[in-house]
Amino acid sequence: MSTLKLEVVTPDKTVVSEDVEMVICPGSEGEFGVLPQHISLLSALKIGPLRYRRDGKDECIFISGGFADVNNNKCSVLAESAERDCDIDQARAEEARKRAEKRLAEHTDDLDEARAEAALRRAIMRLEIARKAI
Amino acid sequence: MPSLKDVKMKIVGVGKTKQITKAMNMVASAKLRGAQARIERFRPYAAKYRQVIGELASKAEGMSHSLLAAHENKKNCAIIMITSDRGLCGGFNANIINRAMKLAEEKKAEGMDVSFICVGRKGRDAAKKSGFKLDLGYGDRMGSLDFALASTVGKEAIHCYVNGDYDEVWLVYGEFVSMAQQPPACLQLMPLKAPKSEEPAREGPGSEYIYEPDEAKLLSDLLPRYINVQVYRALLDTSASEHAARMAAMDNATRNCNDMIQTLTLLYNKTRQASITSELIDIVGGAEALNG
Repeated sequence: MSTLKLEVVTPDKTVVSEDVEMVICPGSEGEFGVLPQHISLLSALKIGPLRYRRDGKDECIFISGGFADVNNNKCSVLAESAERDCDIDQARAEEARKRAEKRLAEHTDDLDEARAEAALRRAIMRLEIARKAI
Repeated sequence: MPSLKDVKMKIVGVGKTKQITKAMNMVASAKLRGAQARIERFRPYAAKYRQVIGELASKAEGMSHSLLAAHENKKNCAIIMITSDRGLCGGFNANIINRAMKLAEEKKAEGMDVSFICVGRKGRDAAKKSGFKLDLGYGDRMGSLDFALASTVGKEAIHCYVNGDYDEVWLVYGEFVSMAQQPPACLQLMPLKAPKSEEPAREGPGSEYIYEPDEAKLLSDLLPRYINVQVYRALLDTSASEHAARMAAMDNATRNCNDMIQTLTLLYNKTRQASITSELIDIVGGAEALNG
């Protein structure tokens, strides 16, 4: 079966570098799938799950936005943070969710709304992905 | 001549200092290894960013973006100065601070108001004393730096630049060239100069790119991130340089301690010999007086 190379890179490490059969990215304009021999593509990504299939098995990674570059049968994903579903710290995500919700609810003057909302979205997405993994 | 006891005490004292400097040297070398590994891990990310931004910028030529455009009336200049939190690393911090101050004076001569954004306690304290404005200071963060710190600093600078509060932003940090060399480096962050894409234009079926959303939107999404990437790189470099500088400084200090111990031991032996000699003279003199 033909494969393409998937690389998920964050500032601190390379999370994935594998030959996979299919990738589904959370693009900013909607999810899109990448199969081997895909045309060159550069897309912004939003917070969400990055799914891929390797040896017939589906894997899922949380990514917090970034971009994907598909070229030459290689899909490079650059994200500020990326975690495999089994590595997500649920307790921490839950805490982050509560904190963000509290901040949004209190609505103090110095609230950076966009930032708090992004934090909330990240936390919720982490939890969703983590729960699916169990 | 100092007393025998004084010299002995001094030798013990220097010996203890030597233990400390030796330990600091080892700690610094362990930390340096960690910092270097981090730079290695960050490299693919930074390289990919540079490549993609370069390609996008060349494709979107003629397109203006607020981070690429130079402001017409240059009134305010910000300098992001990155130093370490702790001293005892030779002239490392002083070099960075001097470089930043030189730049500040140059900008002042051009008629701009200079303000500082500092990461690292040493730089922050120096900026406070310098008489220039200190807009933001982050102390005690170099030990636990992460990408979030870089994006906080980056975001703040971008925000001020887009609002027109800053007309130029510079970055001064300690570049990690090698174990022996950590020169202060100086980089213009904004207006941003898009990196030239290193690879020649791709040919064949790969050259037709789909952009999602369009090039302009992508560029405006990626440019701020690219600035954060540059800030992060500077943070990592400074942290590695700091440890390398400390290693060298502590190595020197340990060697100096050895030299001191050697001279002091010599002095100790001489003093002891002198006291023995004088005692002998006394005894001989006393015996002769009795015989005589």
